[in-house]
Amino acid sequence: MHPVLKLVVQRLALGLVLLLAVSAVIFLGIEALPGDTAQAILGQAATEVSLANLREKLGLNEPALTRYFVWLWAALHGDLGVALTNGVDIATAIGQRFGNTLFLAGCAAVISVPLAITLGLVAARYNGRWPDKVISGLTLTTISLPEFVAAYFVIFLLTQVFPIFQPVAMVFPGMSFWAKLNAVALPVIVLVMVVLAHMMRMTRAAILNVMQSAYIETAELKGLTPMQVIWRHAFPNAIAPIVSVVILNLAYLVVGVVVVEVVFGYNALGQYLVDHVTKRDLPVVQAVGMIFAAVYIGLNILADVISIGANPRLRHPK
Amino acid sequence: MADQLNKMASMVAKGAMSRREFNTRAAALGASSVLASSMLASAARADTPVKGGTLIAGIQGGESTNSLDPALAASDVPFMVNSTWGEMLVDVDNGELKMRMAEEVSSNADATQWMFKIRQGVEFHDGKTMTAEDVVATLMRHTGDEAASGAQGIVKGIKEMKAEGDMVTLTLESANADLPFLMADYHLVIQPGGGVDNPAAGNGTGAYKIVANEPGVRHTFERHANYWDSESAHADNVEIFVINDNTARTAALQSGQIHMMNRVDPKIAELLKGTEGVTIERAAGPGHYVFIMRCDAAPFDNNDLRMALKLGINRAELVEKVLGGMGSPGNDFPINAAYPLFDSSIAQREYDPAAAAEFYKKSGHDGSPIVLQVAPGAFPGAVDAANLFAASANAAGIPLTIKLEPDDGYWSNVWNVAPFCASYWGGRPVQDQMYSTAYLSSAEWNDTAYRDPAFDALLVAGRGELDSAKRKGIYSQAANMLRDNGGLICPMFNDWVEARSNTVGGWISNPAGTLMDGKALRRCWVMA
Repeated sequence: MHPVLKLVVQRLALGLVLLLAVSAVIFLGIEALPGDTAQAILGQAATEVSLANLREKLGLNEPALTRYFVWLWAALHGDLGVALTNGVDIATAIGQRFGNTLFLAGCAAVISVPLAITLGLVAARYNGRWPDKVISGLTLTTISLPEFVAAYFVIFLLTQVFPIFQPVAMVFPGMSFWAKLNAVALPVIVLVMVVLAHMMRMTRAAILNVMQSAYIETAELKGLTPMQVIWRHAFPNAIAPIVSVVILNLAYLVVGVVVVEVVFGYNALGQYLVDHVTKRDLPVVQAVGMIFAAVYIGLNILADVISIGANPRLRHPK
Repeated sequence: MADQLNKMASMVAKGAMSRREFNTRAAALGASSVLASSMLASAARADTPVKGGTLIAGIQGGESTNSLDPALAASDVPFMVNSTWGEMLVDVDNGELKMRMAEEVSSNADATQWMFKIRQGVEFHDGKTMTAEDVVATLMRHTGDEAASGAQGIVKGIKEMKAEGDMVTLTLESANADLPFLMADYHLVIQPGGGVDNPAAGNGTGAYKIVANEPGVRHTFERHANYWDSESAHADNVEIFVINDNTARTAALQSGQIHMMNRVDPKIAELLKGTEGVTIERAAGPGHYVFIMRCDAAPFDNNDLRMALKLGINRAELVEKVLGGMGSPGNDFPINAAYPLFDSSIAQREYDPAAAAEFYKKSGHDGSPIVLQVAPGAFPGAVDAANLFAASANAAGIPLTIKLEPDDGYWSNVWNVAPFCASYWGGRPVQDQMYSTAYLSSAEWNDTAYRDPAFDALLVAGRGELDSAKRKGIYSQAANMLRDNGGLICPMFNDWVEARSNTVGGWISNPAGTLMDGKALRRCWVMA
């Protein structure tokens, strides 16, 4: 078997074990939280009797272990069940919201990844001079703003001062692609601001690191322009660290943007997860947790594969 | 000036002010006669319902966990959604009973039996006709022993329910002159067959039919073609957007993405007032923010210590700083002018550090810290309020300290458990209901553990008393007992602060609940 293929298979198998462990940890975590679903739903309006009745109805009186294994058995058969709180079919709800999560993450990635890498290359080319300082200064400023501050800033600027976009970014099935793009414009701008600096700085650092090597000097001596040196000789050798940072940021765009979702009212998975954690709605938390964990594990496998692919020594082991 | 003129012009349109008076007052304000008459014309236009269009509300207080089952409604969005697709037997409009699914209410002489004549020819959204049996089944589902409903603790003491023809008869265990008001509770939405088979079907008799139900995101509706009340349901479509973020909600209103919003942050209400095309709507309601001491737990079992704390809180400062002036000081009983039969002659308790210090000394407290438990979600601004309270109490020599609790689980682990904590009440339509819910010895939500047989006897006497002068006296006595002996520190009543676009017509202040007590989408219209 090809070593890369073997590695992928090994990683996938390990990933499945990891997912199982994650589901157990999530279950324990939710059980350890004070209060249960019935209390969370009824809140201040609870009485002893209505609590007992609701617990009975929701099946919360079963022992914890039984509930876990019932869930696990069903989940292994592809049945995610219905939400305890409102009886909505989880697979359907998640399907739509996961699509929205990927749409937002995708839009942000399509803009931010090429932009960050280009800016990183330019910053490395003009290391220490004004383009480097301007690029670094701007991106470090945008990453230093907390997400909600950046969000309020773009809301103020682009819906009030210049009324170009709408502050509430909900998307619905049946909207045209352009309408959807228009709706998510503001959260995409904020996310680009947030992830740009990390990827840009890493590209810059990795290139500068490679630029210290002897073969770069050779390339310069044979008369290549600085941009040609970077593009042809430095960049291919700096891919591995850049890719791992890019993947880390992609994972963040999928699983970590709940604050941006809340500010813009964007209907994706993050807000959905937080709502159900608050209500101790175990089946939903499990399902979303599994998806987030799978995305993380999957993207990390991808990062490793790309790193190996970019490195001839690893690609063709002796 | 423009604000005042607008208000006066709409009073003229509603017939609450004469044209001549308007012109005199407008001149006094310095408005030219041209401006004044154009305002009158636009106010008249604003008060003629416009049919058609789409009316959109942006509301805070919705989660993706929300259900359409009225029994489980607890936050603003489900409340608003359920009020849009469903209706109760009656509504309470500024303290007055309005007939909805009931057409007539009557009782026997001692108020132990109540008869509701059910409106005929009202259709559910699926075309089925509503009957008295549906009403009884609904009440059973919410109040029976098997009920898992937010109304279960509210509607108690019904011995027997009977449906005969178009009459529903409720027989009570003891007299209750206020029973019809309880039927306006927002959980008691009439559903076909009581909603037993499918409680979350969203099939009701309300003005609008559900089109899309996406909890935590949006709820869209279209007009119920066979809606019985021709004076409501003006827009063709209504929509509710769940926008939990204050800034985004406000920006959405300013940019015209929504027509009305709930919960304007008091801090920005002043700023929003100056915005063109937006009107702030304030209503002084029965909702209040409280600090509750359990009268059965040390050291709060000592009334001198309770008095010391009641005198050691600076109410005026809290109203100013926590509510941004959008509210009024409380007087340590849960009733204010929003209730019928309120006694306004009871003296307002003020911050008095000297008297507080004296009571504190008299209580003989050992000087150990007095701990107030508070979470940010106990009420908006709860932590700030608690800190201000601690500062003013400390100034009187009372060792009050704050213990911060997480929002998560606050209502099950701290509220109604801890000896001293922060909380809120939304208020009730009538005084008896407020007192019976939280201050009767046997009440499940008696969060101050106030148990006084004399007080209980007063409440029971009040329920059976049909003479309102005598009833007012009874409630005044009850208020004074609670004010001077109870475990409730009620520093402030919070106003509803909401905002709407000026293109919305038909807004009527109703302090009983958020957004015209849930009726804003049903009763307002959009002007083109």
